[in-house]
Amino acid sequence: MEIYFTRDHEWIKLEGNTGIVGITAYAAHQLGDITYVELPKEGKEFKKGDVLCTIESVKAASDVFTPMSGKVIEVNNSLISSPQIVNEKPESDGWIAKMELSDLSEKNSLMDQKAYDEFLKTL
Amino acid sequence: MEIKRGMYIKQSSLIFELPESGEIGGKIVKADSKEKISIKENLLRSKPVNLPELSELDVIRHYTNLSKLNFSVDSNFYPLGSCTMKYNPKVLEKCPEEFSELHPMIACLPGGESIAQGALGIIYETEQLISEITGMDGVTTFPMAGAHGELTGIFIISAYHASKGNKKKNVIVPDSSHGTNPASAATAGYEVITIPSLSNGEMDLEAFKKAISEETAAVMMTCPNTLGIFETKIKEISNIAHSVDALMYYDGANLNAIMGRVRPGDIGFDVVHVNVHKTFGTPHGGGGPGAGPVGVKKKLVPFLPVPRIVKDKDGKYSLLDDVPQSIGRICGFFGNFGVVVKAFAYMLLLGKDGILKASEQAVLSANYLKEKLKAYYDLPCDRPCMHEFVLSAERQLKNGIHAIDIAKALIDRGFHPPTVYFPLIVKEAIMIEPTETESKKTLDEFIRAMVEIAELSEKDTEILKRSPLLTPIGRLDEAKAAREARVSFE
Amino acid sequence: MNYTGLTEKDREEMLKAIGLSSMDGLFNVIPESLKSNSFKFPEGLTEWEVLQRIKLLAGKNKVERMCFLGGGMYDHIIPAAVDFLASRSEFVTSYTPYQPECSQGTLQSLFEFQTMMCRLTGMEVSNASMYDGATALAESALMAIRITDRKKIIVDEGVNPLYRGVLKTYLKSHSINLEEIPVEADVPDMEFIISRIDNETGAFIIQIPNFFGSVFDYYRIAEVLHKNGALLIVVSYPMALGLIKPPGEMGADIVVGDGQSLGIPMQFGGPSFGFITTRREYMRNLPGRIVGETVDTEGRRGFVLTLQAREQHIRRQKATSNICSNQNLCALRALFYLSLAGSSGFGEVALRNHQNAEYLKSKFEGVMGVSVWNRSDTFNEFVIELPLDAIKVIPGMIENKVLPGIPLGCFYKGFEKRMLVTVTEKRTRAEIDYYAAILEAVLWK
Repeated sequence: MEIYFTRDHEWIKLEGNTGIVGITAYAAHQLGDITYVELPKEGKEFKKGDVLCTIESVKAASDVFTPMSGKVIEVNNSLISSPQIVNEKPESDGWIAKMELSDLSEKNSLMDQKAYDEFLKTL
Repeated sequence: MEIKRGMYIKQSSLIFELPESGEIGGKIVKADSKEKISIKENLLRSKPVNLPELSELDVIRHYTNLSKLNFSVDSNFYPLGSCTMKYNPKVLEKCPEEFSELHPMIACLPGGESIAQGALGIIYETEQLISEITGMDGVTTFPMAGAHGELTGIFIISAYHASKGNKKKNVIVPDSSHGTNPASAATAGYEVITIPSLSNGEMDLEAFKKAISEETAAVMMTCPNTLGIFETKIKEISNIAHSVDALMYYDGANLNAIMGRVRPGDIGFDVVHVNVHKTFGTPHGGGGPGAGPVGVKKKLVPFLPVPRIVKDKDGKYSLLDDVPQSIGRICGFFGNFGVVVKAFAYMLLLGKDGILKASEQAVLSANYLKEKLKAYYDLPCDRPCMHEFVLSAERQLKNGIHAIDIAKALIDRGFHPPTVYFPLIVKEAIMIEPTETESKKTLDEFIRAMVEIAELSEKDTEILKRSPLLTPIGRLDEAKAAREARVSFE
Repeated sequence: MNYTGLTEKDREEMLKAIGLSSMDGLFNVIPESLKSNSFKFPEGLTEWEVLQRIKLLAGKNKVERMCFLGGGMYDHIIPAAVDFLASRSEFVTSYTPYQPECSQGTLQSLFEFQTMMCRLTGMEVSNASMYDGATALAESALMAIRITDRKKIIVDEGVNPLYRGVLKTYLKSHSINLEEIPVEADVPDMEFIISRIDNETGAFIIQIPNFFGSVFDYYRIAEVLHKNGALLIVVSYPMALGLIKPPGEMGADIVVGDGQSLGIPMQFGGPSFGFITTRREYMRNLPGRIVGETVDTEGRRGFVLTLQAREQHIRRQKATSNICSNQNLCALRALFYLSLAGSSGFGEVALRNHQNAEYLKSKFEGVMGVSVWNRSDTFNEFVIELPLDAIKVIPGMIENKVLPGIPLGCFYKGFEKRMLVTVTEKRTRAEIDYYAAILEAVLWK
């Protein structure tokens, strides 16, 4: 399974034509205690770079950007009652949405794990 | 049983948790309902509104005791940067009484305008006074808060550009701006471009020159800015803005520093809003009502909201609704008239001399505090300030103490904290504005408290982190509040 | 009169401490060319002089007239205890409760206020107040647009015309398509409204009682709107809600209105407050401040401003609204009023409003040429039809100490002979008898 990262600290795990999207541990830490995740609507289409959803913490609200273009086919409803899962397990149980991707070549402009780890060191 | 101080302080009940007391009904009108109700059954409430049934004593006691849980200017010093928490003269509270039974529609009745002359006259004269202070040609007192004034100003700017066929897309703000500025711009559909500030606290003129274009609708600034620094390049900035027909907007939050000495209209601004609950002494009321009158230069007067108050050659006031280019109505009636009366009275009380004394003592007090505190806290901008200045708790951060801990420790010492975490461009910001109404004794006590807290941040951080310790309630779990969002009593 | 806190000696000491020799030096930071050399302002006055000046101006509107005016502002009884509590300096001179530990008075009061607004309107959540009813309506339309992501709003012309004016101003900047349902009778044509709802519609706005005072059944509209994925916004008059079914029980999604009728004096139109209540699922789309319950580090219950991530000081460009303050002290007045009135007391006042209005209606039956225009039930306001233009009748009534009503020709074409009459609990039967007698005299003298 391939995993890629954006400069805005989103991750996307590719499984064939499907991508699972979430935010990285770094982003979750920056936000602080997450109080609400405004999940995207199932069936809605997004282009790479569109605002996929918004994550709220007590003092901040942050946009999550779509890493790769596609259609949302499933959202993580457990985040409605327990938004703190994003703080606890941002890169596994804290996933936000599953998407049917329209252009797999977009992964080429994203960072892989190694490149993202290097990127974090520069911050 | 160990007797200790404060042990009998009970948890405050909600009014819904109190058991019924006193007589039910007959509180405002005598109960009598022998006449039938002429409304169909299916349109009536099936049961009365679920409200408490309490004796007048229990209601008075409940809210009186609740009020005691508040700090207030009448009890505590509020050095809140950007808020100008000056003393509210008590005579202001008497002023609206004369108008409490005046229905706004009287002014629309034939034969009614004569009854409303006094009220219309106050609105008109307040417009004149604000015009003079701000250097503007036309004023509306209708916006009901500073943010509402900003929105009105942005609508006017938008209408102006539409009337000239200008294609404008963005609004420029400095990175030190108050959050309402970009929010107002966005509400009117503009993109927001943010310009960084230099290390001397002023907006970066070079970055501004690069960012401004033919597509810029307006530049929103405050002067002095939120760092308390006067924007010395303001004339150049406004000349550049005007050269591309971008309008200059003045956020009047900091007017207290310059009133009587500098008029925004004279230094290049086209639109201003003032906050009467800041600069003109009307009370904050725990979060309103205030008022945010807006002033504009001649070319924008046609766009002011309706109705306009006009005065004829006999000195008679009337309402003008037919203003073809007006942005329309921005409130139901005449805005917060009862608050505008207070601002009017305040300006009359102070007069020319009082206004000049107020701004100079506000600036003196701020510089005094800055000088006395800069040895203990980081001062990002070590220059003479105006009516407010910004410290940083970065020094204290080394020991794990944040600006919020300093704030909470001040509460234990009877001071309302200064503004913290604003402006966003200063890390661990603490924005202090003493205003002109505080005595030197109060200022010195505040300095002593801040120094003590700075010392504790070296010696006993634990006690700071647990502050406040003396209030009936300690630090609250805000994450829980936002997650659970329990916003009414069930 | 001066309120500055420093003595001359203080100023000398402080100037010395900052290294300046005179007060003028404080303004060296301002370039000379920017300083104003012409500040024309009157000299300051004493307290007494200011009060006399205001009294002189107020004398021009000595209102010893019976008020039968309504249309969004109402002459209701305000219990003395409301004024008393609302003048406590801990409420009057406190600041926005951003530091909750020293603001529990304000925060708990607002939590109680929110609860009462929910109960009054039959909805699940409320915010801590808006500027006024008109702007609350405008904000609710923007809220509906955000929720539904659509571009069309339909509004009945029976909604207060001044409110519709503000709505137009706010919607202009968002390029929203605003459609108005024209008025023909005192209640709107339900079938016609239903025919205008489609899946481009974001919301439909109606007022109950409407501007003409009529109360009617609108449940069917709610059903059709919901089927089309649109929202129902209801503008409401709080005093009426003491008697009539709350919008929350009639399918409303958002309820707005002005709180002036709850313990707030008219004061020529303001300050008052607007309220906005809604379903829990739309809570995060509410503009303005909201107070929430939580606990402190030792488990004590406390209250804080919450859901602040929606607001301007965090979201900046993306805020749900640019609103910063609420109308706190006015909202507290409503809270005190409702607490003092109590369930029964509030119901009694509402009932008295209705009964007084019905009594005046019955008196009009005895006045030649005057008829009640409303076909529908009314609460405390209704429209009368006169044999001549209302503006010809009003000056004569005012001379006889009666403010008889609002001439509807100002707001609705073809309504020149119609006048909106309002009767509150404050009017006595004697005053109502007098009104009918004077109207007859003025018409047929």
